[in-house]
Amino acid sequence: MIAVALWSVAVLLALTPAAIALSMRPRGSVVLYGACLVITATLCATALLHLLDPAHPVLSATLPIGLPWLGAHVRLDALSAFFLVVVNLGGAAASLFALGYSKHEDSPGRVLPFYPAYLAAMNVVVLANDAFSFLVAWEFMSLTSWALVVSHHREAENVRAGYVYLLMASFGTLALLLAFGLLASGAGYDFDAIRASHPSAALTGMVVILVLLGAGSKAGLVPLHAWLPLAHPAAPSHVSGLMSGVMTKVAVYGFVRIVFDLLPEPVWWWSMVVLLVGGPTATLGVLYALMQRDIKRVLAYSTIENIGIIFTGLGLALAFKAQGLDWVAALAFTAAMLHVFNHALFKSLLFFGAGAVLGATGERDMEKLGGLIHRMPKTAFAVLIGCVAISALPPFNGFVSEWLTFQAILLSPQLPSWGLKLAIPAVGGLLALAAAFAAACFVKLYGISFLGRPRSDVAASAHETDRFSLTAMLLLAALCLIAGILPGLLIDALAPVSKAMVGNVMPHQVGLQWLTIVPIAESRSSYNGLLVFVFAALCGTAAASAIHRLASDRLRRAPAWDCGYPDPNPAIQYSASSFSQPIRRVFGSVIFAAREIGEMPPPSSPRPARLRVELRDLIWDALYAPIAKAVSFATDRINILQFLTIRRYLTLVFVALIVLLLVVAL
Amino acid sequence: MSSLQFDIAHLLAGSLVLASFMMLYQDRLYALLNVYALHAGVLALSVAWQAYVQQAPHLYLTALIALVFKAIIIPVALHRIIKRLGIHREIENVIGIGLTMMAGIGLVALSMVVMLRVTPGADALAREDLAFALSVVLLGLLVMVTRRNAVSQVVGFMSLENGLVLAATGAKGMPLVVEISVAFSVLIAFIVIGIFLFRIRERFDSVDVQALDRFRGERR
Repeated sequence: MIAVALWSVAVLLALTPAAIALSMRPRGSVVLYGACLVITATLCATALLHLLDPAHPVLSATLPIGLPWLGAHVRLDALSAFFLVVVNLGGAAASLFALGYSKHEDSPGRVLPFYPAYLAAMNVVVLANDAFSFLVAWEFMSLTSWALVVSHHREAENVRAGYVYLLMASFGTLALLLAFGLLASGAGYDFDAIRASHPSAALTGMVVILVLLGAGSKAGLVPLHAWLPLAHPAAPSHVSGLMSGVMTKVAVYGFVRIVFDLLPEPVWWWSMVVLLVGGPTATLGVLYALMQRDIKRVLAYSTIENIGIIFTGLGLALAFKAQGLDWVAALAFTAAMLHVFNHALFKSLLFFGAGAVLGATGERDMEKLGGLIHRMPKTAFAVLIGCVAISALPPFNGFVSEWLTFQAILLSPQLPSWGLKLAIPAVGGLLALAAAFAAACFVKLYGISFLGRPRSDVAASAHETDRFSLTAMLLLAALCLIAGILPGLLIDALAPVSKAMVGNVMPHQVGLQWLTIVPIAESRSSYNGLLVFVFAALCGTAAASAIHRLASDRLRRAPAWDCGYPDPNPAIQYSASSFSQPIRRVFGSVIFAAREIGEMPPPSSPRPARLRVELRDLIWDALYAPIAKAVSFATDRINILQFLTIRRYLTLVFVALIVLLLVVAL
Repeated sequence: MSSLQFDIAHLLAGSLVLASFMMLYQDRLYALLNVYALHAGVLALSVAWQAYVQQAPHLYLTALIALVFKAIIIPVALHRIIKRLGIHREIENVIGIGLTMMAGIGLVALSMVVMLRVTPGADALAREDLAFALSVVLLGLLVMVTRRNAVSQVVGFMSLENGLVLAATGAKGMPLVVEISVAFSVLIAFIVIGIFLFRIRERFDSVDVQALDRFRGERR
């Protein structure tokens, strides 16, 4: 099985040079994305079979490449199998979507060669079983995704996004490098050796912080998120879907692999750090998302929110495990993993929807869209499902994982530590706030873009997207629903992962009556997605048919409700910023230093009055701007060194040599 | 090793350091080249003596290379280049001769202290030899630093390299000495040719250095 996985990765890598030749041909991108689709589907099926294997075997192999005397170790266990499923499901969906979407690509030569390499890199990160292969694959993943981010390099904004991304990715890899360096000091670079070693408490503490910085910067934890909303929207939409839906999950994998697997038993303060980062990340991410007008940027900020939810789940798992409550740790961990899977589904779906809109209208700005539900009904349907799922409404999948996370939060009074007992409900409050904001955010995204009247000519003349893209979106939407009404299957499939990472499993779910899921015991709480679905479907159908039967039995088209002002201009509709104004007024003045500036013209002037909204990113101002300023100050000073004569350089070398010799001599 | 052999090796290595000192105060290019030829000649003698003492016939090859290539061919070639470029005028020393000589003495003292401190257990001949070789290297660097003219900088570099060869031959049983000396000779040939071509190119004014500055993004 591991051979199948490795060969598939090798084929993906081999596709990279082939893609350069293919990009010259008119149908080349179809061939390439078709090949990627087949390979990722194979990998996904392989990993799924491995995950469902009742024996839960751990396969490993050593390849004769990489560092001498070390080689490249690979390993396929339950955790990597699960993440392989996530990565390749996302990869397959993106490839299918790209079969149609690639028509809009004006320079395929900038995208095609990096796409299979990017997929391969993510697979290798998940498979790697030694620090060297892991870091090489991690950096390769960063670099290929960077190349995809700057593929449309004519736009200055994309170049800036690529620059910030490259810096942050280097910082993250540096942190991971240091973490592995600390771990390897007693054992070596092989993960098996690291597992067997017994590092000191101080060292493991430093490793946890470094991994949180390294993996967290890739996943988008606040305050290391600055690059994410710039870079994710800049890439072509199917790659945006991969970056947001899948690559952030690879970062989560890195965190789980090191903190849960390689390190010894957790200490309670680790969970405190993770929780205090995760909760605010969720709330701040979605607050940022609410303030945006660019669809893809909204989605990117919402990714930050979901990463916050996942890390909160992981923090809970650490907390409960450190205090000996294995069975709750299993619940929290499974919830986090479930959310990893769910977010990969609906975030890919939503980015594909944004890509379909972008392809049909050329617009990402919500204020220029509207009324797309009439012109792109199928896309609108798929995106609606994605929006409902990401807003954590039953019976879709987002609800299940967030509900399970809250179940774990509700068990926090059982913890013996007072600090955690007080902190976890606060984090739970933040998560609840984030869930409500997420719903508002996606009501706004869907309502402004798809409902109402078109706000621009391009929105009015949009056409439904192609059938490959639609198939990809509808498949993901179907998976969102299936995962929502049959979560028991997923929870049982995750049992070996949870067993390996936290040492316990959730109760067995399949076989319970009516496909109910029970986090701890039936007497405490249970949820049945199927019943909710059937109930919602029945009520909805009954209500719709009753209205049709009793009120009107035929379709009428009438002018849209205009608040009593019969103005034909669509600009008087509710806009994205007017929708978010109440929330901006309540929270924004503190968090974003938001200011509304009304400009009234003097009485005699015919100039129109204007209302401007100013938002500032305080995290950027407080954390990134000073660093950038310091670096640019230092480089300005050092820059003189670049313009010396040869003799001055020689003198520098000479003086350095003399100083070193003096040190030796004295 | 008899005391006479040791003394002669010592004498030759010391003469090399003396030749390096002579280089420091030459203020004409031709004179500098002549001193360099002397320097290379002394090196050839010293290497040949080491070959005899260590009974290592391959070192004779190194000595021959030093004699033919460094003491004859390169000085003659540089003479011709200087003549063709018309730069046989005075060298501008950056700091005064007295100061340079003082600095040179300081460097020799420094290399003695360093070598005697880090090689207490080594063979006496090797120790002295290494100390002299390090002085020659440092004096070569000093020549490079104190000169403005590219040709005299090359000469400084070549004398530095002579010091390296002295160190390599002085340590008994050092592998690949001949190969190293050949490689260095080739390197020096390339540098000499490079300087020559660069000068020619500069004369024909075909490379716009300003364009390079613009490319570096800033103009000073």
